[in-house]
This record gives sequence, C-alpha cells and structure tokens, in this order.
Amino acid sequence: MLEVENLRVELTYSSADIVDEISFHIVAGEVLGLVGESGSGKSTIGLALLGHQRRGARVAGGEVRLEGDNILTWSPGRLRKLRGGVVSYVPQDPSASLNPALRIGKQLEETLEAHAYGGSSKARHDRIDEMMSEVLLPADREFLQRYPHQLSGGQLQRVALAMAFACRPKVIVLDEPTTALDVTTQSHVLGTVRDLCVAHGVAALYVTHDLAVVASVADRLAVMYAGRMVELGPKEQLFKSAAHPYTKRLIQAVPDISGRFELVGIPGRAPPPGHRPEGCFFAPRCEFADDKARREFPGVTHVSESHQVRCWHAEEVFAEAARARGLRKDGSGRDEQDKGLLAVRGLQAYYRSRHVLHDVNIEVWPRQCVAVVGESGSGKTTLARCVVGLHREFSGEVLLRGKALETSARSRDQQSRRQIQYIFQSPYSSLNPRKTIGQIIAQPLRLFSDLGRRDAEARTIEALERVSLSGAYLSRYPDQLSGGERQRVAIARALAAQPSLLVCDEVTSALDVSVQAAIVELLGELQRDLGLGLLFITHNLALIRTIAQEVAVMADGRIVEAGPVASVLDSPQADYTKKLLSDTPSLTTV
Amino acid sequence: MKKPAIESSDDRPVKTRWVPHGITWFILRRVLLGIATLFIISLIVFGATQALPGDAARAILGREATPQKLAAVRKQLNLNRPVTDQYREWLGGIVTGDFGRSLANQLPVSSFLGNRIVNSGFLVLLSAVISIPLSLLIGSLGALWRDRPFDTVTSIINLALAALPEFVIGVGLILLFATSVFQFLPAVSLISPDTPVWEELEFIVLPALTLILAVTPYISRIMRGSMIEVLESDYVEMARLKGLRERLVISRHALPNGIIPAIQVTALQLAYLAGGVVVIEFVFTFPGIGQALVDAVAKRDLPIIQSLSMLIAGVYVVLNLLADVATILISPRLRTSLR
Repeated sequence: MLEVENLRVELTYSSADIVDEISFHIVAGEVLGLVGESGSGKSTIGLALLGHQRRGARVAGGEVRLEGDNILTWSPGRLRKLRGGVVSYVPQDPSASLNPALRIGKQLEETLEAHAYGGSSKARHDRIDEMMSEVLLPADREFLQRYPHQLSGGQLQRVALAMAFACRPKVIVLDEPTTALDVTTQSHVLGTVRDLCVAHGVAALYVTHDLAVVASVADRLAVMYAGRMVELGPKEQLFKSAAHPYTKRLIQAVPDISGRFELVGIPGRAPPPGHRPEGCFFAPRCEFADDKARREFPGVTHVSESHQVRCWHAEEVFAEAARARGLRKDGSGRDEQDKGLLAVRGLQAYYRSRHVLHDVNIEVWPRQCVAVVGESGSGKTTLARCVVGLHREFSGEVLLRGKALETSARSRDQQSRRQIQYIFQSPYSSLNPRKTIGQIIAQPLRLFSDLGRRDAEARTIEALERVSLSGAYLSRYPDQLSGGERQRVAIARALAAQPSLLVCDEVTSALDVSVQAAIVELLGELQRDLGLGLLFITHNLALIRTIAQEVAVMADGRIVEAGPVASVLDSPQADYTKKLLSDTPSLTTV
Repeated sequence: MKKPAIESSDDRPVKTRWVPHGITWFILRRVLLGIATLFIISLIVFGATQALPGDAARAILGREATPQKLAAVRKQLNLNRPVTDQYREWLGGIVTGDFGRSLANQLPVSSFLGNRIVNSGFLVLLSAVISIPLSLLIGSLGALWRDRPFDTVTSIINLALAALPEFVIGVGLILLFATSVFQFLPAVSLISPDTPVWEELEFIVLPALTLILAVTPYISRIMRGSMIEVLESDYVEMARLKGLRERLVISRHALPNGIIPAIQVTALQLAYLAGGVVVIEFVFTFPGIGQALVDAVAKRDLPIIQSLSMLIAGVYVVLNLLADVATILISPRLRTSLR
C-alpha cells in the first residue's frame, strides 16, 4: 500500500539531515507505530507521507510510494488532491489545529468540498452525519454549529478524526493525537482510531512518544533516534526482546501501572540535526558502545524476517533476553515522629458561583508524596492553587504544620510562603525568557533570605547541583535548555527557597518519557534526601506508583477514593477508580 | 465493531450557552465607560485652564492687560463666579451643543469650527479609506511572500517612513511635487474655510498623501506580523493538509484570523490621525481643525482650544469602542464568552 524508501529530509539552509535512510512500508488495515523522543524526526516523516515539509525543511532524496507511484515527484495540484483525500492527517493538538473562527460543521464540510466528495450538498451532509456517529459525536445541527472553543479536548480530537476519515482515505497519519488528552478520553480515542483503521482498511502511521499508548493501538513499531530508524518490528517482539539498546532503555523509562518496575531515565539527550556525531548516534548514551560504534553507523541487521535493527551489538542486546526491569526500592514511608506537614480540611472552592471543590480533605507528611489523580476538570489543579494561595475563593482550612493559612498568598506571612513552593506544568512558560538561569534561581533568595551576594550564589549553585545541573548553566537563558533541563531549573528555583512542601502540578506532562522518568527519579530523591513533602498533581495514573505513597482520586471536585497507593491501585473500591485504571494503557497488556 | 456512545465527563461541552444580549450589554457598558472617560478628560481640560498663572483673563490678554479689558474678559468667561459654577456651566454648554464664543472673533465656536471640522473629517476619512485597505494588502502580501523581494522592499520603505515625523514627510512631498522637482500640485491649501474641500480636490492631495504615508507603515507592519504568525499556525497547516486550495486557505483560514490584531492598531492609528492632522494642516495651511487649533493657541482663544481638545478626545474614545466591538464580532471565542 505505502512504501517509503531511503527518505532523506534536510534543513534548507545548512543541508544538515533531519531524517535520513528511512525505509518502511505499511499495508492496508495495519497500524505502524512510529516512536521517538521530540526532535527525533518522527513528525517530519509523518508529514512527508503527505508530500509536505515544514518551513525550513526539504526532501533531499528517497521515495514515498503510494501504490507504486512516488508522490514526492507530484505537482502541487496533484498533491493537493492527495492531501485529505487519499492520505489524511490527524494533528497533535486539535485545539490549535482547528480554525478558532470557523464552525466545526463548516470545517468538516470544506474538506469534503475540497475533494468533491459526494455529488451534492445533501450527500456531503449525510457523510458528515455518518462520520460524526462513527467517532461517537452527536451530528445534530446545534453541535455542528459550534466553534472549536465550545468543545472539550476529547470532542475536538474526535472532530479531527472525523475530518481525517471523511473522504475515505487509504493512508492516515496520526501525529501524537492523544497527547493533549487525559487517560479516559485517550482510551476512547485510541479505541476509535483502531476500529476505524480496521473497519475501513486504512494504512495508518501512528506517531507518538508514548510507548504505552502505541502498545495498545499499533501492530508494528518503528523506533526513531536522532533522525534514524533504529529498530522496526512487531510490537510483541520489540517489547519482549528489543534488539537496540535505545529501544530497551525507552521501554524501561515508561512508568507502568503495575508499578513493579523501577523507572530508569536515559541520561543525556539526542543530538539535533547538524550536531550528530560520527558513528552510531546513540553511542554517547549507550552502555554497549565500543570503538566501532563510535566510528561507523551500523547498517540494517535482520533479527528475524520481520524484525530489523541498526546496532552493531544487536545480537548481544537481543540475547540478553528482556533484562528484568529493576524492582523498585520502596520510598521511605512516614516517620512516626514527623509532624503533619500539610492538612487540608473541609475545603470548598468556588469559581464565581460555580462550586468546584466539595469537602476535600488531604494530609501530607514530611518525606511523603501524596498524588492527586483525576481527569481534566476534576478540580485537582484548583486544589493545588488553594494550597499555595493562588485561588482565594474557598472556605475550609489549609494548615501548614498545624497552623491555619490565610486564603491568599499575599496575606500569608513570608515563612509560610517560603515553605510551600509550586512547580508549574509547562517549563516552557514558567521561566522568564529574559533572565538567566542564575537570576531565575536567585529570585526566591532575594525574597526570602538576606544572604550576601557570595552566599546567594553558593546557594544557587547548590540548588542547581541538587537537580543534577552544573554551575555552567548559571549564565544561560531558558531557551538554550531542553524541556527536561528547564523543568530541573524550575525545581531548583523551588529548592532555593528551602521549602518543606513542593506542589507539583502535572510537572511531567509536557516532557518526553525518558525525561519524565528522570524528573520523577529526581523528585523521589529530593523527597528522601531533603525530607520534602510532595503534593503531586497528575492525570497519569501509571506515574504515581513510582513516586507516591498515598493517592487521592478526584472526580467532579470530590475525592472519591484515597489511601495508600498499593491498596488503591490493586483493589480499587470506587467505580470511578476502576474505570480510570482500566483505561490506562500499559505495556504489560501487550 | 462499534461502541455505544459514551458520555464521559470529558465529552461534556465546555461552554455552549449563546447569550443573545451579550453584545448589546457589552456595547452599553463600553459606551458608559466612554462617557466616564470623556467626563474625566473634561475635568483635565477645564483644570488646565484654571492652572494658568494669574487667571485665564490675564493669560489671554498677556501684555495688553488693562483693568478694563481684564474685567471684560472675566465677565465673558464668567471668571468672577465660583470654579464649580464655571465648570458646571461649561460642561452643560458642551452637552447641549453650546461651546461658547471664540474670544478672537466673537463668533460662536460651533459655527466657527463647523466647516473646519467637516474639512478635517474629510481629509482624515479620505486618508483612512485609502491607507487601511492599502496597508492590509501590503501587510498580507509581505507575509505571504515573506523574505522575497516585495517583502524586503516594502519593509525597508515602511521602516524608513515610520522613522520620519509626518511634517518631514509633508515638507518632502512639497519639495518633490510642488516646488523644487515637479510643480503640478499646490504647496499650500489656499482655500477659504467656508469652501468645502471636495470642491477643490487638488488642495487635498498632498495633505492626504502625507497622512497615508504616516499611517500605512504601522498598520502594514502589524498586519504582516500577525499574518506571518497565522500562516505558521497549526490550523493553516491543517487546512493545507486537508487539501484545500491555497486561495481558500488564505481567504477563509488565514485572513479572518490575521486581521484581528490589525483592527486595534487601525483604530489607534485613526485616532492618531485625528490628532496628527494638526501638524499636517499647519504644514499645508489646510483650513481644518488643526489649523484652527494652532491659531487658537497662538491667540490664547480658550473656548476653541477646550472644544477641540474635547472633540479629539471624543474621537479617540469612539474609535477604540468601535475597534473593540469589531474585534469581538469577528472572534467567536470572545463573542460567546460575553455574558
């Protein structure tokens, strides 16, 4: 159906390769998962299947053949008819990819019109109704008259799916379509994707950084590293016995709902285009690397007929059959002599007239991590904002070491503000781009201490080292750092204030899995070494077993279940928790 | 294999209720705010008069101040009465359309300024009608042909024009078209304020051209920037990946979103025109409010100065109101969030 051979896409200016030597095929009705960290070139490949390159990139070689015909040689007019008609695209973030000023019905209709699908307007409307019901959305006029902002994230992604399947395409490219969704919605959308692909015999390329997601939807997996496809094979084989060390590490970095394994981050980062080393690109991060690997990039080796890999040591790696993932050391529980750090009692919170939190009670002890899990809109972020004093419309008590806190951070005293530090979801927007890392971390020192310049700098460096960054970062600016490094800086900034409680609001959801694992490792360390209490807000149920000791499950502003992580996850009592658990994708179900 | 429709909590719409009277209420609120703004401005304008050294009469008469003349002027301006009474009377006059009499020629302010306001209004309107579409076009084309020759050339011209004060542009145009190089346009607008300018169109060409050149760079720079952002947006890429014709991608997906930031800047620029017209009219001795204002300042003709200050402030308030309403009408997110 679709074959890609030796594809090379490079940067227009420097001619450095974004991706190179990419070859694979997808047959009708099959889902190929394309996995890699951000910057590995997976989206570039996805777009190449539509004959599209982003600004600053161009195809420099290779072929993308659709039923034997190389689309890369097609004229713009012919490509236009291909896009959306024969090969369609599902974007990563539908809230950004749907035009905010056009009604969704119109946006669906124009796709059909562009490909002259259906002879009449009536036929097109029937097709829209049909697609809406296939993606489990209402097809009534009122719904189609809505604008994108009037729909939830899950609904938007379904609209994007309906749009992609509308003209009965032969190939569909899904570019991380579930990253912006919470687990329940994600699992519904994944189910819909799989059903549609099978039902319509569509060849699908599913681009993602989330192995657990791809495990539940793909038939075969292709693993990208720094612009090269390093491994390709049936997913069962890859998960059971990966033949590339990178794949192996990637699997180890995925948090698992069963929590039996220790999370292992992959140190270092993938080299960007133009900075890729000689030899195997993964060599600098690889435990198997030898001189040969540092000299020469390995060619394709076949482990089995359907399983290929690019590694000099594939046999070794493969033979070392799925090395048991290290079993987790249990986080140190609470010490009996520790006093309760944070207590939230009878919290009722409001947005204007809307009652968003109902009688919420939570306790955090020193050295303890309490996870608050829930879907978006469940009120978990509001809870965090009440605790730090950013949300003022609440009643009930927030006690820090037994002392009641004012509702607003402004009216709290300096000590209690210092003791509770907040880490935001996106490290891309929580750091001031005009300040150096040194200035950013020193900010809380100026607020909360009267250290001299030299002492302050020492404290800043100490905080940086605490999060495994060196003093060399002091003079850099946030945009010179990767997402993981930025989040480390945000944590260092919180640590500089010498807090006793960290409130972490979805701190890993903007990060790649391998980075996420490293950040979780770091937070666990801080909790153990500094005796910090953690209030860890997340929608990722799979993460909490690796970091938290206690968990509170929230739905519609209420805590529906709370208790030790192991007991809540192993024998959930509330129906809602059971549903969340069954919706969470897992590698072990493969 | 189909699943039954599942209504999970996430599938609930975030916001659906269309509030029918939202926009009316919004406009009403903004009009009230505008009135409040004008009220504050009236306090400032009036207060500034009070702050003149000695009193207004002495400031007006300057060296010619004799006790008799002072008394006469004081009587005409009601300066003998308490400040609050004076303010109430002045404000009451403005609200009912009585702006007082000019001190210089004893004519009622409204009849003295009437024609001049029409003349200036025509000048500003003409400049706006030409410069707004022109700058939106230049901005959009610059974004579409980003870094190509058209974009580079218009960007350089825009920046150069933006860097020049408008009277320099005006003088430059006079040198170019009226005196040193070519001589086919009049350098000054020697027409009586009582003739409507559209009967003497050649006099309006250079002032209008100056205003157009002064305003176009700003609007087209903003339009270019916002179009570039929109053209790089996910939804424009998505529109292309859906296989829409490029014409449709631009006209339906890019332009309506790209124009939103330009609306606000356009309003500010138009309001600026209303004030900027003062300098231009002086350069060209164009018989409009600018000319009148400059004269009035020279003659310390307080009622005229006060009236014109209020007028220009009023133009600012109205234009900003219009821009806000327009922005809301074309962005659904704002429109539906009004309550």
